[in-house]
Amino acid sequence: MGYVAVKGGIDAILAAEELVKLGRLQCHSELLQIDQLIEQQRMAVDQVMSEAGLYDEKLAALALKQAEGDLMEAGFLLRAYKSTLERLGYSLPIDTSRMKVLRRISSAFKNIPGGQVLGRTRDYTQRLLDFNLIEEIRAPESAFQQPKATTDMPKFSRVSDLLRAEGLLTALAPSEQEPFDITRDTLKFPAPRSARLQTLARGETGAMVALGYSSLRGYGMVHPTISELRYGKVPVEFLHPLTGNPVTIGQLRVTEVEALNHDYSIVGRDKDGIAQQESTNNNEEKAEPLYELGYGLVYGQNERKAISMSILDRAMDIGGDAPSSDQEFVLYHIDSVESSGFVEHLKLPHYVTFQSSLDRSREETRLAYAAEARKK
Amino acid sequence: MLKDLITTEENYNYAFLDEGSKREIRRNLLKAVAIPGYQVPFGSRELPIGRGWGTGGLQITLSLIGQGDIVKVIDQGTDAGVNAANIRRLIERTAPDVTTTFQTTEATIIQTRHRIPEEKMQAGQLLVLQVPLPEPLRLVERSENATRRMHADKNYSRMWVALYEEIVKHGLLARAYSYPVMVNGRYVMAPSPIPRWDVEKLHNAEHLSLFGAGREKRLYAVPPRTAVIPLDFEDYPFTVEDFHGIRCQRCGAEHSFLDEITTEAGQKTYMCSDTAYCDERVAKKAAEREMQKEFAG
Repeated sequence: MGYVAVKGGIDAILAAEELVKLGRLQCHSELLQIDQLIEQQRMAVDQVMSEAGLYDEKLAALALKQAEGDLMEAGFLLRAYKSTLERLGYSLPIDTSRMKVLRRISSAFKNIPGGQVLGRTRDYTQRLLDFNLIEEIRAPESAFQQPKATTDMPKFSRVSDLLRAEGLLTALAPSEQEPFDITRDTLKFPAPRSARLQTLARGETGAMVALGYSSLRGYGMVHPTISELRYGKVPVEFLHPLTGNPVTIGQLRVTEVEALNHDYSIVGRDKDGIAQQESTNNNEEKAEPLYELGYGLVYGQNERKAISMSILDRAMDIGGDAPSSDQEFVLYHIDSVESSGFVEHLKLPHYVTFQSSLDRSREETRLAYAAEARKK
Repeated sequence: MLKDLITTEENYNYAFLDEGSKREIRRNLLKAVAIPGYQVPFGSRELPIGRGWGTGGLQITLSLIGQGDIVKVIDQGTDAGVNAANIRRLIERTAPDVTTTFQTTEATIIQTRHRIPEEKMQAGQLLVLQVPLPEPLRLVERSENATRRMHADKNYSRMWVALYEEIVKHGLLARAYSYPVMVNGRYVMAPSPIPRWDVEKLHNAEHLSLFGAGREKRLYAVPPRTAVIPLDFEDYPFTVEDFHGIRCQRCGAEHSFLDEITTEAGQKTYMCSDTAYCDERVAKKAAEREMQKEFAG
């Protein structure tokens, strides 16, 4: 009998690694190129960048290729790579009012200044399989419309600004607080909003959709109307270390959602325009209903994640007993690297702890038998 | 441009993490050592192994190792298990001037999952434990916010009640592993899921024990010669796993944590969980036999 305790682990690992590599290469078709993934599997690339919290289309596509399309695994690869990079500093906050809008809709108003821009969306396509794609032939260049020059892109004002002008929304005050950095500090509860938004921004799409959905279905109070959803390119600026002037270092494609929630707890405003809660307001006269915004901003085009983020942002703000309102419950469970890592660790051996628990179970059984025997 | 990113290990930082991250972890470890058993929050980084597969321990190891270090990695008692082999390989790949070993006595740093070596560790050796669930109070309180307050107030009443309830329900202290301990008379600590067998090795130890929970973002420590007392009752004392009357089928050890093994023939046998310890004993016996043979010859 050989020595049982799983010797040869390293050989097994190397063999498994070889299988993974060969498995992808043992195919009859052309090998996937990174550019193909960026151009033709755009949504997957965007989801990987978003969940990894690292904006780099090429690396995300590389991760996706290496992971054979496993989105969580690709996000994990990219997230681990991020740990090897030195933190150089923080960019200036991106200004989404400067977004080159590729898509912009409002569910709250039919007419919005600048108009609705449907853009590239599958929302209204009939989900029928297009069998023509099985053997697709490249369309001639002439079939494509020349994209409009981006220089005449109108600057869109925000739908939420209209509501603010009417006094229905709280005015935005720039926060003087240094934002929390979830990659450097551990969450403490109640977590500041900056920490919540960061955690949501790189949360796992599926988990966030499920939690957001639970609120819409009734496990919670938040069922918003989308004030504005926009998708487009925003410039990123960094302060030059020598001159101190802002320098544009690149641009990001992002999806931004502002969702309106009727806030029943607010009954009026004081002379400074600060919202007054029911409990603190002794004024008998009730003001008109007011709204609060839930906010979502994610890398790339991922509208269901951005919308879910806006629901969860608001749900955590109001608090309460619903799962979607419980900060610890939401923030601790939506991260794909953490959740998948721990779920998959169950595949590791647990011989030692199981031996301990066998010992207790046997002792408990022995005690039970002994007690039974004493009764007789 | 993408070609530049085709990374061999040489293109990665020494010990994977960037220097700023390693320094941050070392600072937090100093705090952990200064307050025995207290969970220090830290900015846990993602590593190229799964979260929940030992990233906490690995971050400690990676931020401490340097030239001349000898690292041993154990998983479930064995150096050869797949997870141990994988972690050791990552250390070897990213910190090439560090050597690795299977021998407990030779190692400067021992990173482990679920076991403390049978051989007594010495002053100057570092024991790094991988921790999946650092919060001992999680079993009685699900909220992190609430457990932190309970620790601050040294309010462990609910823990004691839970232990008492186990006795009422099961007739014994039913916690099999990760047995809660009181460190330095101040903080109740989860000693990582080591078996009860290993708990006494933390008490007044010669070596420093460092605990890392990567997914839960907590570091804590037990400095050398610090009291680590399991929570129990006078009439229901803490006991370790019972291997009375059985011994390792391979090396014959009578006082060692044993793995229960069922052979192909359906027979139950036992072998040391700590394979390095077992190997050492087998080698020693073989050497003794050689000596005897020489004498006889």
